[in-house]
Formats: sequence, structure tokens, C-alpha cells
Amino acid sequence: MNTLFDKIWDAHIVQKVEGGPDQLYIDRLYCHEVTSPQAFDGLRKRGIRCLRPEKIFCMPDHNTPTHDQDKPIADPVSRKQVDTLSENVAEFGLTHYGMNDPRNGIIHVVGPERGLSLPGMTIVCGDSHTSTHGAVGALAFGIGTSEVEMVLASQCILQAKPKSMRIRIEGALGKGVTAKDVALFLMSRLTTSGATGYFVEYAGAVVRDLSMEGRLTLCNLSIEMGARGGFVAPDEKTFAYLKGRPHAPAGEEWERSVAYWKTLRSGDDAVFDREVVFDGAEIEPMITYGTNPGMGVAITGTVPSLDRIPAEGQPSFLKSLRYMDFHPGEELIGKAVDYVFLGACTNGRIEDFRAFASIAAGRHKAPGITAWLVPGSWEVRRQIAEEGLDRVLEEAGFEIRQPGCSACLAMNDDKIPPGKYCVSTSNRNFEGRQGPLSRTLLASPLTAAAAAVTGVVTDPRTLL
Amino acid sequence: MKQKFNIIESTCVPLPLENVDTDQIIPARFLKATTRDERFFGENLFRDWRYNSDGTPNPGFVLNDPRYGGEILVAGKNFGSGSSREHAAWAIAGYGFRVVISSFFADIHKNNELNNFVLPVVVSEDFLQEIFAAVREDPSVKVRVDVPAQTVTLLSTGRSESFELNPYKKYCLMNALDDIDYLLLQKDKIEAYENR
Repeated sequence: MNTLFDKIWDAHIVQKVEGGPDQLYIDRLYCHEVTSPQAFDGLRKRGIRCLRPEKIFCMPDHNTPTHDQDKPIADPVSRKQVDTLSENVAEFGLTHYGMNDPRNGIIHVVGPERGLSLPGMTIVCGDSHTSTHGAVGALAFGIGTSEVEMVLASQCILQAKPKSMRIRIEGALGKGVTAKDVALFLMSRLTTSGATGYFVEYAGAVVRDLSMEGRLTLCNLSIEMGARGGFVAPDEKTFAYLKGRPHAPAGEEWERSVAYWKTLRSGDDAVFDREVVFDGAEIEPMITYGTNPGMGVAITGTVPSLDRIPAEGQPSFLKSLRYMDFHPGEELIGKAVDYVFLGACTNGRIEDFRAFASIAAGRHKAPGITAWLVPGSWEVRRQIAEEGLDRVLEEAGFEIRQPGCSACLAMNDDKIPPGKYCVSTSNRNFEGRQGPLSRTLLASPLTAAAAAVTGVVTDPRTLL
Repeated sequence: MKQKFNIIESTCVPLPLENVDTDQIIPARFLKATTRDERFFGENLFRDWRYNSDGTPNPGFVLNDPRYGGEILVAGKNFGSGSSREHAAWAIAGYGFRVVISSFFADIHKNNELNNFVLPVVVSEDFLQEIFAAVREDPSVKVRVDVPAQTVTLLSTGRSESFELNPYKKYCLMNALDDIDYLLLQKDKIEAYENR
């Protein structure tokens, strides 16, 4: 009660459906090419248009190649999906940031970056990582394609109100520990279903001290704990980040908006359905060893021994280790790595490239490592050049590619080959996620850079 | 596919693994389809567990085990975690499952199943393990899912549990109505909300 989650949710209830969910008004719908075509088909079958086309923003990101974006996509199936999106936005009169448009990029990088995602909003997209936008103080959550169709048709969604949960991380983070490590730590403690049914508010000194990029990373990974979404109450850092962005309010409207946004916080008497507290000093750089993001340990740690896994979880645990070719109780430091991927809606922002470059600078990519550095958007790509990070990275033997989701889920050509190990800054280490039989170790940009310059799993703190 | 629900009595396909994510239910490379062809997705349900890399069926996977079949999939806890892809629900429906029983479902996937007239039924972990054991012992045992009564019964032992389903969704499932049908009738309320 009296949580920020309640305030924003309740302010968007059009009506409570009798014996059912809430009809929730949606301020922003984002669509990408993968989860929208069948929703547009649905509108055509029903013979209807979008109710509020001006609130809908579309861009391809999952299929886009990370090179030669000025040329047609080579894979005809990917090309058709991207073309279908541009045909649909033209037919339904929606805003489109097409491939190679300077505003294009991963939808969850572009939304905040353009000032489209604002405090107090409800934001949805047919993509589980929509939770990212919660970093600006919005309620943002992933939905299915039928629900995309609902929002296209009515700007509303039927949704049961989730429970509320506050995760406070107090104290301060140690050197070399990033927002990504915080999220991997939370998942390792709470498991991938620990926050299912909840909307999470992140709070505490560590969260307040995170940059906006760090908060975006943290909120991005809410879904990996099962949460419906996760957000951070807006503060001065949020306002400073948003000010002047193309779609952010300006002039007097800016002042009015900030005055309202300042009211967006949980009351001192707020009661959460669940609250957990962690100490930031406990968190070390993290890495995963298994095939779900909750299977993570401190990088200096070991794969758990079998006796630490409950009986009903052992078949999945052992299947996972067989897939990874890891063994209970073994150390992760020193494990050979084949690929490194920097990017995704999780870690494809400017700060992530700065972090990677801070370790790569003056060193060189290890022999035998293939590294894919993929900015989250053209805007990030532009900033990289503006800050001269591209030169630093090129001197260290790294090439910067063009933006998109890339090897996070390998819907384009960027696939990790069967059996190869990839230290990846993305969000999921599921079987086959980065390509059939690929093996993913999730970690922060610092840890990815440490692996890239040494060729093995390395504690990034030894290189800082 | 929109179809009316009432009582389903069927043998089960057991998948006693936990945290089955939607990338396993339908891998990303099958998401490039631009139409909702449930048969295509059904053919690729659990693709990388069901088939070897050379395309031959993996005889060790339950969907290739001739002893098991039916309209009910029984899976370990936290079923459908990860990606929001509704293609996973299309694949489950397209394969011919009408009910998925587990002790815990991921939120987005649960909604996706409901929106595709596949019923997610939550049972206790203890009951789930009992169903797994019963089906392992005798693949011909049946489970009855009674939607009007909101009960699930293992017919071999008679053990029964009730499951949750809100009255609105129950009405939709029993009458083959979807949320969009409902929302399209709410335009006045939406405009009233926008103007307040």
C-alpha cells in the first residue's frame, strides 16, 4: 500500500473488470519486428485500426545484421520480417525508426535515449526486457503478441495487478563491481522465479549511487528473477538524464513534469508484499556457470557441488552442467574462452563501452578470441566515436560493429558456434540462446573485457 | 485456437525438468515467421531437445517416446521462464496440448497460454511429483481437468486439487472469447479515462 508501484498502476486503471483483471491504460507501446507481425494481422482480420497511433513507436532490432546495414539483409527470412514491420507501420500510420536510421537501435536502448520513456508512464512491448525502461521511474513490462494486439487496438491491456516487492541494496559496491554484477547476484540469491508475480522497486544506497546506465542494466534483468517488471523511483539523476532529449518535455512543460515526477516515490509508510535487503559490500564480480541466469557465482567461486542442490532440481542442474561441460565443485577462473560479446539491451550503452575500454586500453585482444562489440544504438555508436573509444578499442585489436540485438539471441548472423564458450554481457545463458549448442557465461562488461584480453575467465579486479 | 473449455480427460506427457525456458520451447530461429501458423510452431516445439543436430529425432526425449501422448503436458516448476515470445504458446497449442500442469509458471508465458486457449493449471509440488511418478509407472493413467469445477484429478489414485482461475478468464475460456473482443467494447470508458 502507498508504494510507487500502487500510485502509477492505480492512476492507469480505466476500470476494474468484474471478477477479473484491471483494464490498464498504456502510455507507450514499442514494437519490434519479431513479436508484432501476427498482432497487425489480427487487426486486419478484425478490420480495425490502431486507437492511438501517436503513442506507438516501432523499430527493427532482433534481425538486423551488425555490418553493412546500408545493404539489404542477406537472409531472406530476416529481411521479410524487417520489411513486414515497415509495411505494417506504413499501413497503420505509426512512427518507425527503420534500419540504418540514426535513431535506430535496440528498442530498450532507444526508448530512454530518445526521452520516449518517462517517469510515471506505463510502457509495454512484446519483449520481456521491456522492464529496462523502469529505470526512468516508469512501470514497464513485457507482454505477448496477443497483448500487443490488445494495445494496438485499444491502447489498453487486461492485466491482473502484480504484488509489490522492494529490493534494497544498502552500503556501497566494491571496486570492479557493476550493476550487472548486482543483478546476477540478486538472481543467484533469489533464483529465476524468486520475484515471479511481483513488480520490483529497487532502492537503497547502491541503487541511488548507480548511474542511469547502471539502473537501466539492473531493471533490464528484473525479468530474469521472474519479476513482471522492476523500476527505480525518479530522482535528480533521472531528470538530468532526460533533460533535453528529443521526446522529453521542454520549457514550461518540463518544469511542470519535473514537479509531478518529484511526487513519484513510495510513501514512508509504504507496505510492500515482500521486502528483501542486501549489503552491496557482499557483492563480487559475478559469472554464470549454467544454463539459466540464476546459476551464477562470484567469479572467484566454484560451480556448486551436487549436495547443495535440492533433489527435485538435480536433474536440471546435471543436464545444465553436461551442456556446459562443467563439473560440480570446479573453479571458473582460468576456464578457456572462445568468444566475447559486448552489447545487448543489458550492456550496450555508452558506459558499458567505457568500462570495456578501460580494461582494453593499452592491452591487446588475446589470440584465439573472437570479440563482437555491438553498440545498443546508432546514438551509442556516435558517442563512442565522439569520446575516441573506437580508436582505443581498435588499437587493442577490437572492431566495433553496427547496432542491434546481435549475438544476445542470434537471430541475425552473429551466432556462437556449437560447443564454443562465450563470455557475454547479454541477459540469458539458456541452451542454444547464442546459437545451437553455444555455451554462454554471463558477466559484466569489465569481466568480458578481462576475458577478451587474457583469453580465459579472469577476475577483472586484477586488471584495474 | 479459440475453443470452448469444459472437462478434459487425457493421458499426460511428462517433462520433469525445472525452469524450462521459452527458448527451449521454441528456439529463436523459429521466430522469424510473420504468420501465426500453429502447425509450423507445433512441429518445432522443443526443437533442440526433440531432434539431434542432424535433424533425426532424439529417441531419449519424451515427445519421441511412443508410450506417452495426450492433451496434457506436465512440467517441472517455473515453466515458461525467460523470453516473452508468444510463439512458445503457439507451439504448445499447435502440437495439440490443451492443458499444461506445473507447480509454478512464469507470468508472461502463463498469460500467453491463456490468450491462446491453453490452460495453465498450478498444482502443489507434492501433487506434481505424484503425477510424475504415476505417469512414469503407467503411461496410460489419465488426469481430469474440470474447468467448471476448477479441479484437477489424478484418476489412478483419485487425488484431487482445486486450481485458481479468475471468474472473468473462466467465462472467456468456457465461451471461447478473448480479451480483444472485450476491450473493443470498452471504447467509451477508454475515452472517458483519457479525458479525465
